[in-house]
Amino acid sequence: MNARAVVTGIGVATPNGMGVEDFWAATRVGKNAIGPVTRFDASRYPSRLAGEIRGFEAADHLPNRLIPQTDRMTQLALVAADCAFADAGVEPGDIPEFDMGVVTASTCGGFEFGQNELKKLWSQGSQYVSAYQSFAWFYAVNSGQISIRNGMRGPSGVVVSDHAGGLDAIAQARRQIRKGSRLIFSGGFDAPVCPWGWVAQIAGGRLSTGDDPETAYLPFDSRARGYVPGEGGALLILEEERTARERGAENVYGVIAGYGATFDPRPGSGREPGLRRAAELALADAGVRPRDVDVVFADAAGTPSLDREEAEAITAVFGPFGVPVTAPKTMTGRLYSGAAPVDVVSALLAVREGLIPPTTNVERSAEYDIDLVTGQPRTAPVRTALVLARGHGGHNSAVVVRAAD
Amino acid sequence: MPEQKFTLEDLKRILREGAGTDEGVDLDGDILDTDFEELGYESLALLETGGRIEREYGISLDDDVFTENRTPRSLIDAVNEHLAAILTHS
Repeated sequence: MNARAVVTGIGVATPNGMGVEDFWAATRVGKNAIGPVTRFDASRYPSRLAGEIRGFEAADHLPNRLIPQTDRMTQLALVAADCAFADAGVEPGDIPEFDMGVVTASTCGGFEFGQNELKKLWSQGSQYVSAYQSFAWFYAVNSGQISIRNGMRGPSGVVVSDHAGGLDAIAQARRQIRKGSRLIFSGGFDAPVCPWGWVAQIAGGRLSTGDDPETAYLPFDSRARGYVPGEGGALLILEEERTARERGAENVYGVIAGYGATFDPRPGSGREPGLRRAAELALADAGVRPRDVDVVFADAAGTPSLDREEAEAITAVFGPFGVPVTAPKTMTGRLYSGAAPVDVVSALLAVREGLIPPTTNVERSAEYDIDLVTGQPRTAPVRTALVLARGHGGHNSAVVVRAAD
Repeated sequence: MPEQKFTLEDLKRILREGAGTDEGVDLDGDILDTDFEELGYESLALLETGGRIEREYGISLDDDVFTENRTPRSLIDAVNEHLAAILTHS
């Protein structure tokens, strides 16, 4: 259990950047990427904004054989996996196949692929449905396709707990590193910007109906009215620190130092939500005190009641205005299973640069006693960051990342 | 009913549309007697290919047509036998 799991490679694809350097160049200065939905005609739906990844052509990056059998979320994940390998300076064949695994999170599965095939089912008949429908819309498909493409046959799986899943997957990857795996991919990708995915999200009741990209998603603001969804995510390569340094890993971004997960009490019970405990469990697991934490990346639901719960949890752990808090997902919208892995990437890059990316567009409501970093990025030494994520239905997860040295 | 014939060109088109092509494989090369697996098509790709042949030609093929016929030549022959049999019975 003494093995330290370090992040040695990153593949990231979000509405405001593809690849580590593009993503960070946009995120550190608060570049907005929310806009009107263009992937389908959303004009007659109550929610019409999204964070979309523009200009991504899967065929430019992936083998032709993979195109007919993959949803957009899988195509993004496969490209991110290639980038993460390159970033880590590892070729898939360098490490024995059973020493490498893939643990991803998924919230939506392959909605767009599934929609197209189900449309063929009801409009043309069962014989028109693609054979690849047998797996292309599954939650586990990103793990499976990354595993097949890169010959990774070690411990693998998928976690489904909405936004919290992105952290739960990273925690599972860390367990596998501690149990002796050499290299585990972790993170999450979702891309549900299609009519079927859209109505499913609208039915969740928390989407913003705003039409102005600058005011539609305003967590911790008195004007908060729900969230804007987005597509994308991140994959991280985790290795045990000693073996990573022995092979001469060039990028050791930081340590996955702590993790905690809780489940909310029954609605209406009057008991405290589980987020504070998740944060405290993660800090205890990392062996750090609240005053050691330099920044909190918030879940930032954008719904007043959920924002209040999160602000209260942060204040309970750190005291009023006790720690800088930020939500860079205000630039991209909420990316479901991809959101928290992207926040972990931001946390690691905040450590690298000593800069906290801003929460864009938001004016903090006086109701919340949190030191929200709004408007401009804030330069500050960052050695320890706490990332929070909550999933629909009561999942709370927290991860502590720390500088490696 | 006019005589229907299933050709190598038809098979190549359907493979490309339904399953794509492996970068290391030239479908326009001499592939008639090459095993589908060597061409980069696993069982699911053949299932998809079979479904497309069935709906394009309005026929129904048994699953073992695809497990028993492992090369383009043998699959094309099997499909054409099936088409000829339909013609005789109509």
